[in-house]
Amino acid sequence: MDEKRKSILIVDDEEAIRQFLSVALTSQNYLTAEATAGQEAIIIAKSNLPDLIILDLLLPDLDGVEVTRQLRQFTQIPIIILSVRDSEKDKIAALDAGADDYLTKPFGSGELLARVRVAWRHKSPSLSEPVFINGDISVDFAKRIVRLSDQEVQLTPTEYDILRILVNHAGGVITHRQLLQEVWGEQYGDELHMLHVNISNLRRKIEPDPARPHYIITEPGVGYRLKIE
Amino acid sequence: MTQDDTRPNPDELLAKVTAEAKQSRRGRLKIFIGYAAGVGKTYTMLDFARQRKNERDVVVAYVETHGRQETEALLEDLEIVPRKKVEYRGVILEELDLDAVLARHPDLAIVDEYAHTNAPGSRHAKRYQDVEELLDAGIDVYTTLNIQHVESLRNVVAQVTDVWMRETIPDSAIDQATDIELVDLPPDELIKRLKDGKVYIPDQIAQATSQFFRKGNLTALREMAMRLAAQRVDEQMRVYMEEKSIRGPWPTGERLLVWISPDAASTNLVRNARRLAVQMGAEWFVIRVETPASVHLSAEQIESLNNALQLAEKLGARIVNLQGQTVAEAIGEYSRKHNISKIVIGRAPRLGWKEWFRGPAINQIIRKNRDLDIFIIRSKPEPHQKARKTASRLSRNLRNTLLALLLVGLATGVSELLRNLLAPTNLVMLYLLSTIVAALYLGLGPSILVSILGVLIFDFLFVPPYLSFAVADFGFFLSLLSLLVVGIIISYLTSQFRRQTETAWQRERQTAALYSLGKDLAVANSLESYLDSILKRTRDTFTGEAVIFLPGSPGKIDLQPYLSNPNLKITENDLAAANWAFQHQKIIGRGTDTLPNSRARYLPLITARGVIGVFALLEPDGTSELTIEQERLMEAYADLSAVAIEGILLSQETRKIELLKASEKLQNALLGSISHDLRTPLVSIIGALSSLQDAKVKLDEKSVDILVRVARVEAERLNHLITNLLDESRLEAGTLKINRQPAEVQDLIGTALEQLGQRTTSHQIKIKLTAELPFVPVDFALIVQALVNILDNALKYSPSGSLIEIEGRSAEKGIELEIADRGVGIPSSDLEHVFEKFYRVHRPEKVTGTGLGLTIARGIIEAHEGRIIAENRPGGGTIIRISLPLAEPPLPHQKI
Repeated sequence: MDEKRKSILIVDDEEAIRQFLSVALTSQNYLTAEATAGQEAIIIAKSNLPDLIILDLLLPDLDGVEVTRQLRQFTQIPIIILSVRDSEKDKIAALDAGADDYLTKPFGSGELLARVRVAWRHKSPSLSEPVFINGDISVDFAKRIVRLSDQEVQLTPTEYDILRILVNHAGGVITHRQLLQEVWGEQYGDELHMLHVNISNLRRKIEPDPARPHYIITEPGVGYRLKIE
Repeated sequence: MTQDDTRPNPDELLAKVTAEAKQSRRGRLKIFIGYAAGVGKTYTMLDFARQRKNERDVVVAYVETHGRQETEALLEDLEIVPRKKVEYRGVILEELDLDAVLARHPDLAIVDEYAHTNAPGSRHAKRYQDVEELLDAGIDVYTTLNIQHVESLRNVVAQVTDVWMRETIPDSAIDQATDIELVDLPPDELIKRLKDGKVYIPDQIAQATSQFFRKGNLTALREMAMRLAAQRVDEQMRVYMEEKSIRGPWPTGERLLVWISPDAASTNLVRNARRLAVQMGAEWFVIRVETPASVHLSAEQIESLNNALQLAEKLGARIVNLQGQTVAEAIGEYSRKHNISKIVIGRAPRLGWKEWFRGPAINQIIRKNRDLDIFIIRSKPEPHQKARKTASRLSRNLRNTLLALLLVGLATGVSELLRNLLAPTNLVMLYLLSTIVAALYLGLGPSILVSILGVLIFDFLFVPPYLSFAVADFGFFLSLLSLLVVGIIISYLTSQFRRQTETAWQRERQTAALYSLGKDLAVANSLESYLDSILKRTRDTFTGEAVIFLPGSPGKIDLQPYLSNPNLKITENDLAAANWAFQHQKIIGRGTDTLPNSRARYLPLITARGVIGVFALLEPDGTSELTIEQERLMEAYADLSAVAIEGILLSQETRKIELLKASEKLQNALLGSISHDLRTPLVSIIGALSSLQDAKVKLDEKSVDILVRVARVEAERLNHLITNLLDESRLEAGTLKINRQPAEVQDLIGTALEQLGQRTTSHQIKIKLTAELPFVPVDFALIVQALVNILDNALKYSPSGSLIEIEGRSAEKGIELEIADRGVGIPSSDLEHVFEKFYRVHRPEKVTGTGLGLTIARGIIEAHEGRIIAENRPGGGTIIRISLPLAEPPLPHQKI
């Protein structure tokens, strides 16, 4: 059965960028639609129900974070934001408001397509796949066993939880705050030190070379990402 | 100026134009002059004013009616500014309220009695100065004046009336009048009015009223008044003719030289000379000549010389101090150099023994200046104007006399003791000795006393017949006589010698002071050190505290004081006076006519560019007036200071301008370099893409591949460059926000290597971190970037496959990181410079890059209060050492 072609809504006020994105995406057989401003994007999203939205943070009418928030009020479709360098705060705000991942301009088509694929993928919760395999790591969610190259790894409950959440978002970025809140709870959103220490320990256990992490990647200033092969 | 040119002098014309321009802004002064009290000056003035009332805004600033009804009637419809009440010694005096009139700012102000002296505590000592301020403010003034109050006519008036006027005004105050209105009344009528009681008698002539108001006197005075008015007309006519370029009898650039000699008649000479100069329309110079003979001058002579010079300056002469072997020589040389046309010398009628010096001088001058006209003016000496001896002087004289007597007694006593051992002719030496001592320490008078007394006593006690004044032997008589003569001569010479030494010493001190100030200023190189030197030297020389006022901001008149003594308090009065001196560019304060009761003398510092500040000398209480020499010295100080301060201000400005220029140049160079670096990648990108686009260009797959790759690489390079430039400019602007969070060192290094991506595969990278490294509070992204830049460098400047070591360890209060490569290293002279903007060590092979990587790294590290240095690795290669502190600097508030 033919899979329905996925449609992607491109939101950016720069025509050149829209053209590039469109070309890159249609080359992968996606359908594309375009919007040049926030309000327009929300209207099109409501009426056309795309499968993914690529959203620039700097829009003429509303800022991207606000658009994300409004979109999230009626849809859970993946949102990838386009940001510029050194706007960490905006990136984090957008991610916390519900965006799934980000791309820093300028970016290449390879990065773009990889993110797009990941964005759809991580919508599949860990519940549907009992075992997660990525490279040398395998996680058995039912039995709560983690293996590295078939060697069982002993993780603390916290470390396991962190890994599980990372797997849920596999390929995509999760902000510090999100990670803290999902693992520890609402009020722990700022306990960065605690998070870093745990990540450090986790890395030591599951990374072949902890000094040069292969799986758990630090997104500077933003959060962490579990890289998938 | 030649003497046969009758064309109008361009300088004079220019002066006239400028004066005219000034006059249009300055108020016009009309003086109503009369020859005596009672001729009706005030009445006429008020009459004039009332006539103008309808056209102009007229205000009565001060009018003295002396109770006369007819005068008072004229005041009725005129607006009167209330007088200021000034208390002085328990009496309430009324004076012109200058500030009220200035505030009211009428078109025309009526000010009676031009020559009036203001009560102590007023801003100016004399009313004519108040009028001057009104004129400066653009207010026209009518005023009245009696002819006898004119300074240059004072001695003539005295000759005529035998009354020496104390209240006078300088001739300059009259010269500046736009109009002189002569108020005349035939003397007979005036005398009649006097008899009718209609004339107010000023106090000074009250006792001599009948004598003053004799017809002969009045006529003479009347003539003087008329002549003054006529002179003015003459002057105006001359000016008019000059303007119209009419040839006529105007002065053809005459220059008058007046020689002042130490003679009490000199002030009269000055006045006479001035009249002569005015009549001739000549520029006049008053000179004093110092010759070797000048050291014989007495204190009184010097004082009268000073008086004469001060007067001459007031009357508008140029003062010149000359030095020379003889007076005639000095005068002759000066006359030749400055094109003097006429010489004026004074000759006192009395011929004392001092005329030994005087007579030949005149003859010599005549002889040496045969081609010049020489005027010899005879003048009567002035009435006694010597300073009163103060009480202290009297007591000092008494004390010296007593000491003299003591000396004689001492000499006698010793002689008595040695009477039998020495012959009288030897004993007499003791008396001689005492004479010398007296001359050296007690003064001329006491030493002559000692001399005479000594002779008498010696005669009485030691010359046979003893105990009598008779002299037995003629030889003894001769000895006694010689003793007396020698004693007197020694007294005279020694006291002269002492005076000379004192003067020379004083002069030397002053010169030394000026010299040392000059020396200080030559080495000073900042405004503060200049001011310090000036203030310090002033304190040494003048025994008073000095203050320099400089404008706080250029162009504005808010003066800020600079003090040498921090305990000194600057009062509002001081500031006000300084501001006044600054604005009006006049020397005021103690010893002058304006604000004479202030505690300091304020000298504006004037340079070619204008007034740049005020120099104030606070004098310790109770000092007498400054001599003209001290005043000159102070002015010399002020001038020197002015030039020095201006110099340093100018050099500061110059330096600022140079810095601006230098930074502009640098900016331009940078812009040029950046623009080149930015454009270069675009060349390849556009070139590659346009080739791909061009249908005419046939490309095989391989070529297409190459072009695309080139474009991609260059685009990335451009991105990298832009990023670096933006980062650097943000660092420099200080807008970098550091968001500190505890970060793991391992994570930092790992992320940095991750960001470098594929490039790390070309080298061997070894990481060695001590266990349990603490978390450092840093901005994660920024430190990662710094590490990326450093590693990028290491990768670029070391050969493929070589080792790059990254080490991290704990240190006191922080952590240390080391990144070492095995590349070519950095020349030791460049180790400091590699962190500079756009710095690139010269390499044989071309290495791409912006030269900003390490600069940005350093900026980031230092913003975290860390340190970064470059070293050469023993064995080849470079080590970059970074240290980062653990302690965060205290933040305004921190979330715990």
